[in-house]
Amino acid sequence: MILRRILYLLALLLMVVYALFPFYWALSGSLQPSEKLFAIPADYFPWPATLESYRQIFADEVFLKGLRNSVIVAGSVTLLALATGSLAACALARFRMRGARIVLGLILAMTMFPQIAVLGAVHAIISFLGLYNSLAGLILSYMLFTLPLTVWVLTGFFQSLPRELEESAYVDGAGPFQTFWRILLPLASPGLAATGLLTFIAAWNEYLFALSLTITPEARTVPVVIANFSGATVHETPWGAIMAACIVVTVPLVILVMVFQKRIVEGLTAGAVKG
Amino acid sequence: MKRKVGLQYKLERAGWLFLAPALVILGLVGLYPLAQTFIVSLTDARMASGEPGRFVGLRNYGDLFQLKPFWLAVRTTVLFTAVSVTIELILGIAIALILQSGLRARGFLRAAILVPWALPTVVSARMWNYMLVDTYGVVNDILVTRLHLLPEKVAWLAEPGLALMAVVAVDVWKTTPFVVLLILAGLQLIPRQTYEAAEVDGASWWQQFRSITLPMLTPTILVVVIFRTLDALRVFDAVWVLTRGQLGTETMATYTYRQMVDFRKIGFGSAASVTIFALIAAFVVVYLLAARSATGGDDQQ
Repeated sequence: MILRRILYLLALLLMVVYALFPFYWALSGSLQPSEKLFAIPADYFPWPATLESYRQIFADEVFLKGLRNSVIVAGSVTLLALATGSLAACALARFRMRGARIVLGLILAMTMFPQIAVLGAVHAIISFLGLYNSLAGLILSYMLFTLPLTVWVLTGFFQSLPRELEESAYVDGAGPFQTFWRILLPLASPGLAATGLLTFIAAWNEYLFALSLTITPEARTVPVVIANFSGATVHETPWGAIMAACIVVTVPLVILVMVFQKRIVEGLTAGAVKG
Repeated sequence: MKRKVGLQYKLERAGWLFLAPALVILGLVGLYPLAQTFIVSLTDARMASGEPGRFVGLRNYGDLFQLKPFWLAVRTTVLFTAVSVTIELILGIAIALILQSGLRARGFLRAAILVPWALPTVVSARMWNYMLVDTYGVVNDILVTRLHLLPEKVAWLAEPGLALMAVVAVDVWKTTPFVVLLILAGLQLIPRQTYEAAEVDGASWWQQFRSITLPMLTPTILVVVIFRTLDALRVFDAVWVLTRGQLGTETMATYTYRQMVDFRKIGFGSAASVTIFALIAAFVVVYLLAARSATGGDDQQ
C-alpha cells in the first residue's frame, strides 16, 4: 500500500515536472547573464540572476509594438466574436427558425476549416478591402477560426436555458432584441466568459495569418515577432532575449489559466463534447 | 393561437437579422475565400503580377499530383499526425487517471497542466528549440551528461528523422492537456457504482480499466481523436518555427505556404489548398461513418 502511494506520488511529480520544466528552463534562461546561457554542463540555477534580457526586450520597439498589437487584436476579436456570435446563437437556439439546423450544421463544419486552405483567398480579400498589413485585417480574418466555435458553444448554452423563460416577456410585449438583451444574455454570461476566454487565447496565439497578412512591425503581433527574433548568425541566437520575450507573453496566459481554469475547462469540454 | 403565429413570424424575421452580422462575416472570411480558392486553383495566377491569371483547367492538380515533394509532405503530415495523436491519447488517458483519483491539490495540478496548452505554439516551439540545441541544450545535458542514458549528444534539430520527432515533442507537450481535460470530463460520466460492483467481484485494477473504463470512455476517445487529428493534419506553426519545413519535416501546410508566399504561385498553391481541404473533409466523413457504426449509431454525438 505504501509502495503504491509512493509510486503514485512519483507519477504526479513526473507529470508536473514534464508540464512545467520547459517553462522553468525558459525563465532560467531569461535570467542568466548571456555568457552562462551557453554553459556546458548546463547550470540549473540562474544565480546570480540578471534582468539584462528583460531590459533588452523592453527597449525593443518592435517587441513593444507586437505586444500592443496583440492586445488590440485579441481584445477586439473577442468582443466582435462575442457580440455577433451571441446574437446568432440566440436566434439559432431560441427563435425556432426554419433553417436553423442547416445554418448550425454549416457553422459546425466551419469549425473544422483548415486555415491554410483559404490563406491565398483571405489574403486577396483582405488586400482588396485595403486591410493588408493592418490590425483591422487581422481582426476580420481571425473571425474565421473564432466565430464558428463561439456560435457553436453559445448555441448550446442558450439551448440549455428553460423554454418558458422568454414567453412572459413576449406576452408583456417585449421585442426579440429586448428579450435577448435583458433576459437571455445575462443568463448566458458563464457561456460568454468561457467562449470569450477561448477566443482571446486563440487570437493571442495565432501565427499563420499574422505571418501572411502583415509585413511591417506596425501590424505584427507578438508571435510573429518572437518567431522572427534572431541573431546575426545561427550561433548567435539571442536566447536570453527570446526566452524573456516568451516569458512576458506567457505571463498573462498563466494568470488567465490560474484565475479562470474552471471556465476554460467548461468552454473546452462544451465545444468538444457537444461536437 | 393567432398571436402565437404572429409572434413566430416576428421571431423568424428577427432571427435572420440576429444572424446577419455573423453570416456576413463568415461568408466574407470563410465561404467566399473557399469558393475563390477553388476558382483560382484552376488558373495560373501569381501574386503581385496584378493579373487575375489565365484559366488552365485542372493542370495545377495534374502538376501537383505528379510532384514527389507534395506526396512527401502528405506522407510526413500523416506520419506526424499518427504518431503525435497516438502519444497524446495514451499520455492523456494516463494523466487523467492519475489526476482523477481524488486529491487535494487537484485545482493546482489541473492549472499546472493547462499552462502548456495556453501558450502560443510559437512560444512553446522556441522554448523547446532552446532545450534541444545539441551543444548546450538541456535535453542533451540531462540525457547524456547527467543520466548517461545516451552515449553522446544528439543533434535533435539537425537530423532528418529526429527533426520530425522534435516537432512531435512540441505538439505532444502543448496539446496533451487538452486531451487530459476531455478524458477527465469523460471519466466523470462513468457511474461510481460500476467500479464498486467490480471491486466486490474482486476485479483487479487492470481488469476494471479494460472492462469498465475503456469501453465507457470510447465516445470521449472518439471525440478526442477527431479533434486532435484535424488539428494535427494542418500543423504549421511548430514546423515553421523549428525547421522551416527542412530536414524531412515539410507538411501539407508548410508546403502550401511556401508555394503561395515564397514562390508566389497562387494558382498552384490554391490547388494544394483545395487538395488539403478535400483530404481533411474526406477524413472527417470516413471517421464519422466509422465512429457511428462503432458506437452502434445510438449516441447523439
